[in-house]
Amino acid sequence: MRHEDDPTAPRGVPRRGQLLFAAGFAVFAVLLAVSYPSQTTWVENTKWAAQPGFWPAVAVGGMVLFTALHAARLRPRRIARADLAEGRRWAAAAEFCAWFLAYVFLVPLIGYVFASAAFLPALTWRMGYRTRFWLWLSAAVAVAVVVLFKAFLEVKIPGGAVYEYFPAALRSFFILNL
Amino acid sequence: MELLWSAIEVLARWDVAAALLVGSIGGVLIGAIPGVGPAVAIAILLPATFSMDPIVGLTVLLGIYGSSMYGGAIPAILINTPGTAVNALTTYDGFPMTTRGEARRALSLAYSASFFGGIVSVIALILFAPVLARITPMFGSREIFLAALLGIILVVIAHRGQTLIAAALASFGIFLNTVGLEPVKYTRRYTFEQSWLAGGIDLIVVVLGLFALSQAFLLLTGEDEKTRMTRLRGGLFQGFRELARHPRIASVSASFGVMMGMIPGVGEFTAQFLSYTYAQKTSRRPEDFGHGSSEGLIASETANNAVPAAAMVPLLALGIPGEALTAMMLSVFYVHNVVPGPGLFQYQMDFVVALYLALLILNVLVLVFLLGATNQLIRVVNIPNRFLGACILVLSFVGVYSLRNSATDCAVAAAFGVFGYVLKRLSLPIVPIILGMVLGGIMEVKLRSSMNRVKEPLDFIDRPVAFILFCMIVVILSLHLRRVWLDARLRRETRWRIEHRPSRFGAHLYRRRQYLRSERGKALRRRRAAFPARPGDGG
Repeated sequence: MRHEDDPTAPRGVPRRGQLLFAAGFAVFAVLLAVSYPSQTTWVENTKWAAQPGFWPAVAVGGMVLFTALHAARLRPRRIARADLAEGRRWAAAAEFCAWFLAYVFLVPLIGYVFASAAFLPALTWRMGYRTRFWLWLSAAVAVAVVVLFKAFLEVKIPGGAVYEYFPAALRSFFILNL
Repeated sequence: MELLWSAIEVLARWDVAAALLVGSIGGVLIGAIPGVGPAVAIAILLPATFSMDPIVGLTVLLGIYGSSMYGGAIPAILINTPGTAVNALTTYDGFPMTTRGEARRALSLAYSASFFGGIVSVIALILFAPVLARITPMFGSREIFLAALLGIILVVIAHRGQTLIAAALASFGIFLNTVGLEPVKYTRRYTFEQSWLAGGIDLIVVVLGLFALSQAFLLLTGEDEKTRMTRLRGGLFQGFRELARHPRIASVSASFGVMMGMIPGVGEFTAQFLSYTYAQKTSRRPEDFGHGSSEGLIASETANNAVPAAAMVPLLALGIPGEALTAMMLSVFYVHNVVPGPGLFQYQMDFVVALYLALLILNVLVLVFLLGATNQLIRVVNIPNRFLGACILVLSFVGVYSLRNSATDCAVAAAFGVFGYVLKRLSLPIVPIILGMVLGGIMEVKLRSSMNRVKEPLDFIDRPVAFILFCMIVVILSLHLRRVWLDARLRRETRWRIEHRPSRFGAHLYRRRQYLRSERGKALRRRRAAFPARPGDGG
């Protein structure tokens, strides 16, 4: 039976990519199940409910069982061109993942405020907002976020390595507030 | 009365007042921007609240939770895009009202219905608190274990049509919670000899990845929505007069919101669905529903705003969050060594009532803000999606990095961000993962401690509350299995019908031609040829 003929299938859920996801998740679950003996320990003279491996067994068992049942119910059972296109769409998110990790890498080096003031306008440029208005706005938003969280809400983000080269008074101000 | 005064004393501080203001206005703004939502905002703000007093931190988060639905109604009504997921039903009747030039009436009705739902639920729960204080001491380890199990079952079952994958994702959540050093026997579980896995996977890192970073990726890889804003005309107070004409629908919807909010895993969607269905079935004009019915708008907005206060009940009374937002709030309690559960109701009742009072004040603040600032507020709807995505990325960094200043945490969050992005693209549920993580931890601890006093399996349910919870689990599972069986039967019937229908037009014509060529067909045509011609027939 085709998916669109199934009266019990959830409405508004796209079909493209479902099989790819189910297959990937099933492989992940099976790998966890295979590594269960080496990754958990059986402790002697301990009740089953207190065994360190009890809940991982429940969790991994549940993952394998329910993913298998879910995959078995999926139609069609062959990976189509739309699934592969969806897979490529998932890979597109990796670019922004890389942007985020680059930002994470920059903060301890050049400091939170400089990294933010460089990162957000650069990403705004990348996204196609290239007028002066958007670039200034993004820089202002970045600085505002830094001031709000670091100066006012006092979240713990260490100063950048570059702050060490600042004059003493400026350095302590930057380490504390920016 | 004494309790009320001590609760007011807890709230009578400048930082709580500031938290109320920031939470309420911030929540409305966040709700009004499609694509952000309270989950993203709470996930980002969570680490920042750790340095605050529990009452201050929780007030900010509760403010965002409670007021985002008010804000979410604005884009739902004006541009047919719900600001938060729970405002989806508001678009059914809100947007048709806008298209016929009644945008301000729809907004006013949404605000007044939301306010009514919020206030009724808070008052109901303040009155209900003494009863809860009497019931909660009956919950020991095994009762809390069973309640958590019930919660996880309800969360899974609530995703109708996706139950199997929801169960798999809930199991994944339970698995994530087990990774790291086991706290009793000190053995390693799924650490793969990696030192960064020994400490376990932090809930907040997962939450930020699955909610905030995934949303940023979704917005960044998507396209900007083109919105056309409607000019607002007329007063915003007319909604109260209109609401007063539908007291039955408003009160029943608020009751559904309170009841569904208290049950873990059920939440706003079921409350809205039930109240909307009730309003439609009892309306004199059911045909108007979905085409700009004021009753439909009242039902959906009252129900969803009655939920936040009620959703705090299982969290405060048993330490069991019913959905993702309260699961995030649980971490605020743990950071401050305030253990939500029966003890909280027994020994810190003023704290509980103070939280409810904060919600009450919050509703008033939000209403005042909306009545005065709606014209300015609707501009935030126009912020381009991809720029918003870039901003969320910057804000998410604060949330993850400020936890332990760990780049590894950021990498883990980014990985969960991609995973959450995939889930969102496929419309698969994320909430079971978070609840699996939180409830899995609770179940592990409570099962271990309760099994020490259990000699035979039936001892586990020998106390009245445990027995009732066990019966509820059995009944719910039986009902679900019955539903699965009925669905399977329906699928079988549909398949049979499909296999036995003439599915090809060519084959149908072929059979028709064969029939006309047959002796019986020829006889039929001969008989018909003898009929007198009808007037108007050619010839």
